[in-house]
Amino acid sequence: MPEPSAGGLVTADQVTAGYTGPVTGPVSFHVARDEIVGLGGPNGAGKSTLLRALTGTARVFSGAIERAPGLRVSHHWQRPERPPALPLLGRELVGLIAAADAPVPEPARALLDRPVRALSGGQFQFLQTWACLAAPVDLVLLDEPTNNLDGTAISTLAGLLGERPPGRSVLMVSHERPFLEEHCDRIVELGG
Amino acid sequence: MSDWLLFDPMFRVAFFTGLALAVALSLTGAWLRLRGEWLAAFGLAQIAAAGGILALPLGVPVTLTATAAAAVAAALRELLPRPDNSHFALMILLGWSAALILAGNVHHGQVIGESLLRGQLYFSHPGHLAAAATLVIALCASLPWLQPRLLRERFFPDWFSANRIPAWPHRLLFSALVVFSAVLGTIAMGAFPAFALFFVPPWIAFSLVRGWNAALALSAGLGAVLYCAAFTLAMALDQPFGPTLVLLLVAASMLRLVPPRD
Repeated sequence: MPEPSAGGLVTADQVTAGYTGPVTGPVSFHVARDEIVGLGGPNGAGKSTLLRALTGTARVFSGAIERAPGLRVSHHWQRPERPPALPLLGRELVGLIAAADAPVPEPARALLDRPVRALSGGQFQFLQTWACLAAPVDLVLLDEPTNNLDGTAISTLAGLLGERPPGRSVLMVSHERPFLEEHCDRIVELGG
Repeated sequence: MSDWLLFDPMFRVAFFTGLALAVALSLTGAWLRLRGEWLAAFGLAQIAAAGGILALPLGVPVTLTATAAAAVAAALRELLPRPDNSHFALMILLGWSAALILAGNVHHGQVIGESLLRGQLYFSHPGHLAAAATLVIALCASLPWLQPRLLRERFFPDWFSANRIPAWPHRLLFSALVVFSAVLGTIAMGAFPAFALFFVPPWIAFSLVRGWNAALALSAGLGAVLYCAAFTLAMALDQPFGPTLVLLLVAASMLRLVPPRD
């Protein structure tokens, strides 16, 4: 088992994860408090599966995942659940997990009073990502958070990553290598 | 039919039983629609009807066997990793065939089978009214606790497992509410009218308003108003209540043509 750093939140030791069978691993990494760790690798390497193994929705076939006691986690999915035709407003969606006093980023202001059914894919994606970053958690899992986002939204997302509350860590999957390199403290590579 | 019949004490129990169920089923239907499981209501209603017929040979109350059958179906649904409309369609087919086969092979089965599939609201007794009122109270009381969990699970599906929060308490409560709604609705109104109340008011409300609470309120309101209209029309025109309610709900679905104010 790799030594978790002081204030470590999650440690994965030789983890092989998947669903009916293994699709990723073995891989070892850790996430310490207050850092941003990137997960890189080619399509199909199992990056999303690894995030799901951390949340308990993918199966760990071998190895072990250790979580800090009482760890609080939010998870932004690569393709967020968006049930059609629901009348939920943007602020109601964000309010499901976000802290009530979280500052509202500029691109989100106009979206809060619109039903999520009327939002574009990028707008919905941004609200979901912001909700996860604004949730009162220790670890935010972001799976391809830049998908469908325009330049302004990507800049805002980068700002949110940099201005996150002290002690909050991020484990981020992205196929956009420059984004990972610019915003992550470390990058863990998954094989093909 | 004269006006006095509508206000006859004999029909008061039936009227208020149906009114309570109209509100309860419309609210439950909104949550089922949120979860993409609205077809499950029809499946459970059909299974409840089949279970209700079993009460005759067993010599026990219809409510008991209908609830037991619907509870087994709901439990099986919970065991599926991702239940969808295909599973609910199978539930409908199973419930319908089982109900008709049981009805054909049980003494007086045809009579009770017919009443469970078509509804016998006018024969509601105070026990039905008490059960329907209890259901409405249970729904309203559980709303502040249950609703945020159902919404969170829909939009952030692994929130509970990621945070080691057990999801079974709210899933169990929701299943129980759905089962009781389906059973009471089926026994009092019949499988088709009950399903129409699960399905149509939330379907209309979701397309007309912005905001979750507004949609819930409109859904319950539409259910209540259309139920009252159907009850009055059925008595005034001396028509069967169940089909009148269903026809009125189907006609009201034209409201979906009103463009949403998004």
